[in-house]
Amino acid sequence: MAVTMAASESTGQVLAVDGVSVRLAGRQILDDVRFALGPGEFVGLIGANGAGKTTLLRVILGFQPTTAGSVRIGGEASAAAARGRGLVGYVPQKIQLDPDMPVRARDLVGLGLDGHRLGIPLPSRQRRQLVDEMLAAVDAGRFANQRVGNLSGGEQQRVMIAHALVSKPRLLLLDEPLANLDIRSAQEIIALLAKITRQQHVSVLISAHEMNPLLPVMDRVVYMAGGRAASGTTDEVIREDVLSELYGHHVDVINVHGRLLVVAHAGEGFEILAGDETAAAPAHPDHSPAGLEL
Amino acid sequence: MSAVFRLLFAPGFFTSSPVHTALVIGGIAAVVSGVVGCFTVLRGQSYAGHALADLSVTGGSASFLASISPLWGFAGTGVLAAGVMDVIGFRRPRGRDLATGIVRGAGLGLAALFLYWDTTSTSTTGVAITVLFGSMFTIGNSAVPLVAAFGIPALAIVTILYRPLLLSSVSSDLAAARGVRVRLTGLACLVAIALAVSLAAMTVGAILATALLVGPAAIALRVTSTPGRATLAAGLIAVAATWLGIVLAYDSFNWPPSHDGWPVSFFIVVLIFVGFVAVQLFGRSRRVTG
Repeated sequence: MAVTMAASESTGQVLAVDGVSVRLAGRQILDDVRFALGPGEFVGLIGANGAGKTTLLRVILGFQPTTAGSVRIGGEASAAAARGRGLVGYVPQKIQLDPDMPVRARDLVGLGLDGHRLGIPLPSRQRRQLVDEMLAAVDAGRFANQRVGNLSGGEQQRVMIAHALVSKPRLLLLDEPLANLDIRSAQEIIALLAKITRQQHVSVLISAHEMNPLLPVMDRVVYMAGGRAASGTTDEVIREDVLSELYGHHVDVINVHGRLLVVAHAGEGFEILAGDETAAAPAHPDHSPAGLEL
Repeated sequence: MSAVFRLLFAPGFFTSSPVHTALVIGGIAAVVSGVVGCFTVLRGQSYAGHALADLSVTGGSASFLASISPLWGFAGTGVLAAGVMDVIGFRRPRGRDLATGIVRGAGLGLAALFLYWDTTSTSTTGVAITVLFGSMFTIGNSAVPLVAAFGIPALAIVTILYRPLLLSSVSSDLAAARGVRVRLTGLACLVAIALAVSLAAMTVGAILATALLVGPAAIALRVTSTPGRATLAAGLIAVAATWLGIVLAYDSFNWPPSHDGWPVSFFIVVLIFVGFVAVQLFGRSRRVTG
């Protein structure tokens, strides 16, 4: 009995994405994407804006129907079932929080615990303690009683992470949590995520168009281009042959003092496809529609 | 002290039966409007509240033709319109503007016809005034159970769905990821708004219903720090404005020009407006010093 339990635990993937394709209005947004996340793995979902990262995360959450393929979370048959059991924590792309909304950081974290439940929450010492512990874990104790709309971008991200993790999920999905953050805040958020998720033994799938800040903490990478994905360790994926095939044209991978740049030749010059924040970001990152990367 | 008391409460205030009824019905409508209004503002649905108020004119004017309580008409069209808005894509911002615009236009067109018939059949303009600007002093005691019967479900909806509503007003994606059935929750909230608007239409009139729905909530959201307190404060502010409005309207029977009393709705809406301006000014000075 103990042996079979251990066996199912070791083979039990937290997330299995199997041949997922999404076609919208005649455009192939995702094309046969397949990869898996084991327990406690920290995986970066890397790609330029429009590569399909947000759509893939929405498929995993069950917000976006697939044209083909399937997603399994913790052995649950449907995303809805996984959500119902609180298996998935989610930090969406930057959302506008109204400063006039009287929702404090601690209220939002509390809603991560029981926001789906009916009725008025009764004051409970256990609930308060869980919320306080989570706020302390993301170093948000200082602003626990401030309205979330009044917090800075980095502070809001901490509260969002606390909201997503307070229910002790097995899988944490983060959609571009580092976008719009300065480099120092971004590094703080990454260090924080790596620490807490290792403590809680949560699997992480974090999307980013800039992979270098994530290199020290990533166990594996899912690299996306044009709706297709390659997954493996950084050494296995961030290579000229693998990425050239993924992009469908030749690309170079350049190592600049430990920073990786993916570069394509474009006419006389060249274009940095991934790796560098300034080059990889489009001219107006805020203008891309939130729900769908196209 | 007693002079001030006598100045505020004109003789006969505490023994007048229409005043008692107005205090009870106005109080219920105010609590429901304030509490539900808090969620309306939090969810950014003031626009929906406004559209539902406009449409309740249609139901209110029709109910006079059918000789039933206008509350049935107000609430009937409101709940129906809430369902229609949900079906034709009220959740998408662009679909929302178009859908409400068209439904609202059609509804008000019907209202014009019904009000015309109301006026010609009774040969008085009283019905139009009642539907548009309320009729707190002429409602009659018998309406109290009906008002409660419409108010309780509205309060029940926002009480039961308190947490899902709050979370989905922060972000619908966040709520969906937490297992909230976002669309069903939104529809239930729209029904609660429709019921609250119909009660407000009954007291301050269909035209001014949104003021009672949105005004106290806007004040409460400024001065409180937690969602729970904001909800309670909105209810209390709405009741205070309504009751004080009734007192002033009763006093105004001695006022010029006609010594016939000024409309209650006027006082209630002015009180809410003054309150909102006051917290707006106070809020700004607090932000500068803080």
